[in-house]
Amino acid sequence: MTRRRWSELSTRLVPAWVGPRLNALAKLFHTTLFKLTLVYLTIFAVFAACLLGYFAWNTRRLITEQITRTVDAEITGLAEQYNQGGIQRLVFIIDSRARRPGSSLYLVTTFSGDGLAGNVGVLGEGVLEHVGWTETVYRRLDDPEGTEHHALVRVFQLPSGFRLLVGRDLEERERLYDIILAAGQWSIAVVIVLGLAGGFFAARRVLRRVDAMTETSKTIMAGDLSGRLPVAGSEDELDRLAVNLNAMLERIEALMRGFKEVSDNIAHDLKTPLTRLHNRAEEALRTAKGDKDYRAALEATLDESDELIRTFNALLMIARTESGQASTPMAEFDAADVLQGLAELYDPLAEEKGLALRAEVDGALPMRGNRELLTQALANLVDNAIKYGLCDAAAANGVPAEIVVSAANEGDRIRLCVADHGPGVPPADREHVVQRFVRLEQSRTEPGSGLGLSLVAAVAHLHGGELKLEDNNPGLKACLILPRSGRQLPKLAPSEPSA
Amino acid sequence: MRLLIVEDDRDAADYIARAFREVGHVADQAPDGEEGLALALDRQYDVLIVDRMLPKRDGLSVIGELRAKGVETPVLILSALGQVDDRVKGLRAGGDDYLPKPYSFSELLARVEVLARRRGGRGEETVYRVADLELDRLSHQVSRGKEEIVLQPREFRLLEYLMKHAGQVVTRTMLLENVWDYHFDPQTNVIDVHISRLRSKIDKGFSQPLLHTVRGAGYMIRDK
Repeated sequence: MTRRRWSELSTRLVPAWVGPRLNALAKLFHTTLFKLTLVYLTIFAVFAACLLGYFAWNTRRLITEQITRTVDAEITGLAEQYNQGGIQRLVFIIDSRARRPGSSLYLVTTFSGDGLAGNVGVLGEGVLEHVGWTETVYRRLDDPEGTEHHALVRVFQLPSGFRLLVGRDLEERERLYDIILAAGQWSIAVVIVLGLAGGFFAARRVLRRVDAMTETSKTIMAGDLSGRLPVAGSEDELDRLAVNLNAMLERIEALMRGFKEVSDNIAHDLKTPLTRLHNRAEEALRTAKGDKDYRAALEATLDESDELIRTFNALLMIARTESGQASTPMAEFDAADVLQGLAELYDPLAEEKGLALRAEVDGALPMRGNRELLTQALANLVDNAIKYGLCDAAAANGVPAEIVVSAANEGDRIRLCVADHGPGVPPADREHVVQRFVRLEQSRTEPGSGLGLSLVAAVAHLHGGELKLEDNNPGLKACLILPRSGRQLPKLAPSEPSA
Repeated sequence: MRLLIVEDDRDAADYIARAFREVGHVADQAPDGEEGLALALDRQYDVLIVDRMLPKRDGLSVIGELRAKGVETPVLILSALGQVDDRVKGLRAGGDDYLPKPYSFSELLARVEVLARRRGGRGEETVYRVADLELDRLSHQVSRGKEEIVLQPREFRLLEYLMKHAGQVVTRTMLLENVWDYHFDPQTNVIDVHISRLRSKIDKGFSQPLLHTVRGAGYMIRDK
């Protein structure tokens, strides 16, 4: 029957409220865990059946062996008695033995089959004619109307034509066999029932958690990135998966937030210069009186658009740096060399501004990272220091107007600093200035996009380090603290829930 | 100078071609990689301007194919991918220069002219001369007229680069790339300060200035 027809049937035959239950049940049976349970259960049941079967068979064999051995010994003894005392003695002994209660069977017959002594009444067909071992049914002599019993008997031909039959009732053996078989069946049944129930409950438990995860991921997919997968706290594989997926969500959410921030800022901060550009062109069209005016307007437009492109490039670079953890090429280089090169490049500019630019670097500082991005980041810091490094109040107090770039070792980290004696950044604003497009009030007069420090922070993160803004007493000391080994991918917590 | 512009953006290609023609160059256009490759193999060009992302065949593969066939025409790669490693990839593929979009035409023109003149340029000369300014590349001596000029090592390299391309416009980015080996946007006009220092050493006190600022483009050393 195909699945479809079965479902049709089930909807027709089964009351409505059972439908969803059946569905839930079917879902349960489809879980990997339940299927695995079934497989193991089958294997275990077959194994148990084999074991019990072997046990039963072996027990039966052992009992049979024991019977044959004792019967053999008894026949040997009786044959001896016959040889010594003749048939009278044998009949006498059999008579006395047959009277004892128990499972032993005895019969002595003449050659024609007439019983002389013993406790066996009725025997199976042709048993007496067959010399040797036979399994047969019998009735006892003292209970001719009773039930038939099974017995294992041996018929022995005595020298003068008499026949001697000695045997044992097999009821004991059969009962033991039956008990073992019954026990085996019961235990297998119990194993199956318990196993199925266990599998069922385990599957239901796992299914519930997976369902909860599916539910959460659905809300996340629907756009609510703040959702997190439930963590049960049992530190099992599902928990570890949930913790790692949560860490991933955390990262995605951060990226999305950054993305949204950037688009908001682009909308806000690029709109202003674009509008200015538009207005300037419009104004030129309306009021220009000759080539000279047009030229001036066009040149201003070009300058404005160059500035826009520059801002745009800086934004792109930040976005790429923030997202490009895996694709950015990393190599070994000397950080001290980079710092010295920059100091040399910016020295004339600083001097022109009335600032002394000094490099404090002792020895090479090999590190692993992206040289170009790091150069750009440090250049941004030096550039900032030159722009904002002058402070009248500080100069009046005798603080030298200088910028110090320094590189130092700190264990497995490298500290690259650019320090000035300018007005500095108030502690409350330090976190703020790193954000995109943020410019402090006093810096609005200088040209710039407000993206410089954002890029520095992004480059620091890319290398697994950080940007620290400190007080230079007076002034600002901006430090990049980077691991020598370069990039360190964010670690995923193996067991503890993400912070 | 004869140029081939391989660029699938019709507007951009037309704009560049028109601008090159205005300054007196001949510019052919190809809208995709296959046609660009066919033209470059068929005709003689001084410089090829190749966009990286092209239909039918991408820019880097066009360059690779040309180099494999022994065509050594200088290639300038245009690309919207401005990342550091993209430039390295472009140059490794056989490009001679790399310009990320968006670019200004003056920057493109300056770079193309430098590329075109590189073959048979002044690379081999040991002494560069512009008017009475002399730079000896072996002894690292610079003099103007009878006066010796003392330059810092970096100033020497700056002047060397400018004199190597005497008569050509050299942009700030070109100087930053070739003299300092930096490939980033310095935001402020760091180069200008270096130039004005150099200018004060070679032009100050002489009636004829040699180091000129080309507005909106860069700098140039020339005789007149």
